Formats: sequence, structure tokens, C-alpha cells
Amino acid sequence: MPSGTFVPDPAQRARLLAALYIAQEQEGYLSPQSLQRVAERLGVPPADVYSTASFYTLFRTRPVGRYLLQVCTGLSCYLADGAERLVDYLRRKLGIECGETTPDGMFTLETVQCLASCGTAPAMRVNDELYENLTTEKVDLLIDQLLERAERWAALSRS
Amino acid sequence: MGSFEPILTRNVGIPNSERIVVYLERGGYTALRKALQMTPSELIALVKESGLRGRGGAGFPAGVKWNFMPKEPVTKYVCVNTDEGEPGTFKDRLLVEHDPHSIIEGVIIAAYAVGAHRAFVYIRGEFLLGIKRWIKAIAEAYDHGFLGKNILGSGFDLDLSVHRGAGAYICGEETALINSLEGKRGEPRIKPPYPAQMGFWGQPTLVHNVETLANVPHIVNHGAQWYRSIGTEQSPGPKLFCVSGHVRRPGNYELPLGTPLRTILEEYAGGMRGPRPLKAIIPGGASTPMLMPDQVDLPMDFESLAGAGSMLGTGAIIVMEEGTCMVEVARRLMNFFAHESCGQCTPCRTVTQRLEEILTRLVRGQGQPGDIERLEALCEGVRGLTLCPMGDAVVNPIVSSLRHFRPEYEAHLTRKECI
Repeated sequence: MPSGTFVPDPAQRARLLAALYIAQEQEGYLSPQSLQRVAERLGVPPADVYSTASFYTLFRTRPVGRYLLQVCTGLSCYLADGAERLVDYLRRKLGIECGETTPDGMFTLETVQCLASCGTAPAMRVNDELYENLTTEKVDLLIDQLLERAERWAALSRS
Repeated sequence: MGSFEPILTRNVGIPNSERIVVYLERGGYTALRKALQMTPSELIALVKESGLRGRGGAGFPAGVKWNFMPKEPVTKYVCVNTDEGEPGTFKDRLLVEHDPHSIIEGVIIAAYAVGAHRAFVYIRGEFLLGIKRWIKAIAEAYDHGFLGKNILGSGFDLDLSVHRGAGAYICGEETALINSLEGKRGEPRIKPPYPAQMGFWGQPTLVHNVETLANVPHIVNHGAQWYRSIGTEQSPGPKLFCVSGHVRRPGNYELPLGTPLRTILEEYAGGMRGPRPLKAIIPGGASTPMLMPDQVDLPMDFESLAGAGSMLGTGAIIVMEEGTCMVEVARRLMNFFAHESCGQCTPCRTVTQRLEEILTRLVRGQGQPGDIERLEALCEGVRGLTLCPMGDAVVNPIVSSLRHFRPEYEAHLTRKECI
């Protein structure tokens, strides 16, 4: 790096969020190593990369389960009477508290606020997919499907 | 139901409405052809005359914003704000998922009018379907010659691309959005300079909400007089109202600005969901002051709501029935704002966290003497002291809730329970 004030190329810097998404896709979260790699590839100081990554909630610097369940507990979902029950149901069903991951590394449960599904509450994101108008029955079905999907992947990678 | 023929949502519900073939079949991109025959200054005059006001919350006149952009041939940018994320708001998501081409057509016209050759869509990271729809629609628009070099033989060039945000409510504020687009922390900038003077990469930048841009093709097609025939004198045009909470039919309803709140609630949203009567309404998204049941005859437009001490905001109406704990409502809103404060300005960062702490202990029956006065002092302590409007906005629902429902806060404090 040259001496004096270092100013990263603005075009490279503008690619930072996209690069962080790509890096996160690889390991499921942003490890210190991948943050470092992003910094090197874009020529942006590592401190700036970490500072930016930590600003945005969709970037995670800690590993999460294979499926990240984010239940919306915003005002409209709360009023619709389903959000709290959904969170309680998932806590009991998965045996974890909000912010925790199941011991098998399959599910992480979180609450978030506002998925722009206020008219179709309660709503939950599973990784990047949005599910709306949820009931406990629908959630049971969904969890089964996710487990099956994981099982199929495991079988595929064994063969 | 009334007889209003949807304008912005006219394609919603049509199979494959997000695809360009359907949009073209339904008359899409005719406004673009027309606009490219006009001069940029004619277009700016037209939008000014139409009275179109921004639909992202502030209601700033769009034509005036276009006119702020310098006329010199310097590098300029246009940004489409799809960072919808205020609790209660779900209108932009509908437009992007169901009719992205109407917005793209609006972007091209706006870019032509202000002389920009590069435009960006900034979309909330959570909107995966919206992101996919944007990307697909933009590719289709390129294929049809609506984007790229020499658009429809006019000599006008425009490139448009999609940029995914990463979960920050504040990036809906235009200068925060620009910082995020530059790959930085989404912290608002000091204004002035305004984006029209110094925005993305220091160049003049026009930032518009999705719904605002979706109005533009209709104004070009049908004229300013037609547009002014919808809505009120100072708030012309159609508006998407997102109704959620304790109503029978939550959802998006497109109606002229100035439609009485009562009409929206009773005729469209189907009234209250059960036997409990109406208790309070947040009329324009989580950051707007509450309205009381005796205010339901208010026309839903910018000036009427401002006159009633509230705001039209994004037109997101959150309805609460009798029996709703207002302290819990306040706590939940503050939990959101405390999380979403970008942290740059100390008053906003600290006040939202302290308000959340106090509201949480009140909800749990662990309130301490003086807590209500502390809430009031904290709300007072943030006003006018932050870089962006968020500082003022976050305390709005709390201040109005304290004014109308103070006995509930007192009951939580002294009797450790809801009324």
C-alpha cells in the first residue's frame, strides 16, 4: 500500500455489499478470514470492511444454523395475534431460545421487526424465503420439509 | 365499495403482471415514447403542474425535486428507493413484485427529464422476490430497447442496475441510501448539500420512492389536468394505503388522496375484526403520531393529517382495537427504532435505547417512580438534534400515546398492570 492517505477506488468500494453477500454465501457467515479476503480483493481497508459489515443486520459475523428462522414481531404482526404464539411455538418445538441454534446445527431462531408483510401476518423468513399467513400447522409442515430437504442433501453428498 | 378505478395497481392480479409482454399488452411504455418526444424542461413542467408529491413519507413535490437538479451536462444519477421497512408499510413491495415495469418506465422518464444516464435501484436485502423481479424486468427492458444506448432511437442512453441493501431501515433516508450504494455504512449525511447538488459519488442525484415513480407514466399519458382531477388540490393523485392491525381485511387499497379514513377502514378494510371498538390509529407508518376514534372522518391527504397534528407518511394505517395495551405498543415500536437507529447521532442512539428500557420495565410491571416524566423528558431531548428526520420521528407515536393514554402508563407504574 502506498504511503500517505489511502483512498480506495470508489467503484471497488461500491461493490462491498455485493462482495460481502458472496462471501457470506460461502460459509454461511462472515468469518474474520473471509472479511480479510474481501478487503484484499477490493482494496478496501479491513477495518472499513468490518465496520460496514457490522452495520447491516443481514451480515452475520457468527455462524448460524443451516436454516435461519426469522419471525416478525413488529407491531402489525403483534396486533394480528399470531407473532408471539408463533415464536413460543417454535421455541418449544425446537427446544431453543431466540438467538440460539439447535444442537444439530439445523435451526437458528430469531425475531425481527418488519418484513413488509403487515397485511399477511404472521410472517417468517427462512434464510431468504418469505412465508406469510402462518399457522402452527403450516409451520409444522414447513419444518418437516426443511428437515427432509437437509436429509436429501446429506444423502446426495454421501453418494 | 367505491368506484375508484385503480391506476397504480391496475396490473396487480393480472397473471404474469411482472412480465414485459403483459405490461406492453396493457399499454405499457407508451408514456416513454411520448416523453422522449418532449423536451426535458417540458417534462419537468408537466410533473410540476401535476402536483405529484413524493410517496416515501415526506410528500415533497416531485417536479420541484427534478428542477433542483442542475441543467448543465454534468454526470447525474437517479436512485429508486425500494428500501421499504417501516412497520405497517407494505406498498412498495406490492408494486415491485407485481408491476416492476411501471416503475422502470417512470425511472427512464425521470432520468431523461433530469439528464441522467445512470440509474440505480436500491432494494431492501430482505425482498428476495422483489430483487429477482427487478433483475428480470430490467433485463427485459434492455432486450426491448427501453434501456441501454439510444433508447427507441431518441439518442438518449440510460443504464439501470439493482443493488441489494443488507437490513438497515435508515437506508430509506436518501443520503443514507446513497452512502449504502457507495458501499459504506448507511449513515445519513449532513444536509445541505442535498442529493440534487451532491449525491452519489459527489454528483447530483435524484432519489425517488417506488410509488412516486409509478405515478409518472400515468401523468405523461393522461396529462396534469387529469392527474389533478384525482385527490385534493394540494395532494393530487392516487395513493396506496396499507391497512394492518385489527381490521377484518388487512391489505393494500389504492384510493385518491383525500379519501376519508373512515371510508378506507369501513368500506375497504371491512371494519373492525371483532366486537371491540376502535381505540387508536397510526395513520402513516410507525413514526407518525396516533389518531383517535373521533378523527376517523379526516381526509387522508398530506395537509389534512398535518392539520390534525399527525402525518400522512407512507399511508400505512395501523388499526388498534379497544383492549390493546398502548404501553406495549409503544415498547414494540421503540424496540424497532432502538435497533434501527444508525447510532451516528448521540441523541437518537441514546434516547431510543433509554425509551425502550423504560417502556420495557413499565410493561413488565417494574416501573420506577418518575418513569413517565422520564419518557417525556427523553422525547423532548431528541427533537431537532439529529442529522436526519428519524430522531424527531421516533418519538412521535410515544408522545401522542402519552398524551392520549397517560392513565395506562400510570396503571402500569402504580398497579403494575394494564387498565
